Amino acid sequence: MSELVLTLSQWLEALAGDAEPWASYARYLPRILDGVWLTLELVVLSGLVGILLAVPLALMRVARNPLLWMPAYGYIFFFRGTPLLVQIFLVYYGLSQFDAVRDSGWLWDRVLSKPYWCAIIAFSLNTAAYTAELLRGAMKAVPRGEVEAAQALGLTRVAQYRDIILPRAFRIILPAYGNEVILMLKGSALASTITLLDLMGATRNVIARTYMSMEFFILAGVLYLLIAAAFIGLFRLAEHWLNAHRRTASK
Amino acid sequence: MELHGFGHLLLAGTWVTLQLAFTSLVFGLLLGLVGAAAALSPIGPLRWAAVGYNTLMRGIPELLLVLIIYFGATHVIEWMTGAYVDIGAFTAGVIALSIAFGAYATEVFRSAMLEIPKGQREAAMALGMSRWDSFRYITLPQLWRLALPGLGNLFLVLLKDTALVSIIGLDDLMRQAYVAAGFTKLPFTFYMAAAMIYLLLTIVSMQVIQLLERWANRGYRGARA
Repeated sequence: MSELVLTLSQWLEALAGDAEPWASYARYLPRILDGVWLTLELVVLSGLVGILLAVPLALMRVARNPLLWMPAYGYIFFFRGTPLLVQIFLVYYGLSQFDAVRDSGWLWDRVLSKPYWCAIIAFSLNTAAYTAELLRGAMKAVPRGEVEAAQALGLTRVAQYRDIILPRAFRIILPAYGNEVILMLKGSALASTITLLDLMGATRNVIARTYMSMEFFILAGVLYLLIAAAFIGLFRLAEHWLNAHRRTASK
Repeated sequence: MELHGFGHLLLAGTWVTLQLAFTSLVFGLLLGLVGAAAALSPIGPLRWAAVGYNTLMRGIPELLLVLIIYFGATHVIEWMTGAYVDIGAFTAGVIALSIAFGAYATEVFRSAMLEIPKGQREAAMALGMSRWDSFRYITLPQLWRLALPGLGNLFLVLLKDTALVSIIGLDDLMRQAYVAAGFTKLPFTFYMAAAMIYLLLTIVSMQVIQLLERWANRGYRGARA
């Protein structure tokens, strides 16, 4: 794969000749594509972890027991009320303040001292808060009759949530979750502030070598737009597929 | 929390953050109104420009926008006027944040304008009011009430986005926390202190937005009961 990109890059560079910025675009294509790849990795991985965290958070948030809903409320409030940049710095720079963290052996060496994992942790915690809030709204929007039907059938509370309420809630949040993923994509550019070479980081890195700031910033903008368009397309497809039950009815 | 004498620095930064947020809010609202007017205009190219503006800003990271304006505006001004003007971090921040806010505000204003019954505009026309008068005296006063919830959310986003301007060196709350963390080697303490201040600003903003909403809806209170 990387050899293919390299060949393509050399071929395009020969084709561009002296014409700037195309020649520089061709020369730095492999770096920029690596950046695109890392950006996608950050968004998808954090998105998945975020969903996994969001489900228990949302369930806690709707619970009646204050010992459950209050911590969830505080968590969601903190992560939605503070800038993502602060959250990233808290994880990447902040945690090293504690001896216990620095002496945690494997956890420190392999995870918490690595910008990659710190970015994943910060993004996951952040998107979990937003997703939990979406899920909470969606769980309330599940038609009352369906919950009553589940109760009438004698489903346990666990089964009610697992088989009726959560699957419904996920379908309801799908369009709004698509928006959240786009916001996360935009937020992922902050990974460049903790030295990661995501699309933003790779772009700044290339600019430091070429001094072609506008040319490469615009290229990055176009690439971000393309990635956003791809995500929007994917979510449209998912919506179409998951809401299959509505398709025939609306005809 | 022990701040080792850096408390006043954080407060100074908070003041810069607030100035940045409110200046951007004013320009962002203007951009949003112009954008919405363009989006609803009968002139095709204006409508396309509004859609293009909105679509572009939805997909481009705010950080990229801040950097483009900071490093690019000088080039653009030089290219257009021939004069070398160095724009500062604050100006660049205001431009970038206003553009970002304006794109989303366009959408909020547009849907608010559509919510105002068409009959009212027709009545204004029948009374012989000009298009501008009809906008100024009929649409605009109601727009405020309909757009407030959406604008309130956008302001909270804007408030958090101000932190990005610290990356181009503006001495806002985020940057001061960074400086203090570097001096004292207590990064967690200072980033947490900054987070708490942002949270406080968010809480106060939410309260103010709620008050404004109640005030804007004062004519509807009886009808709801």
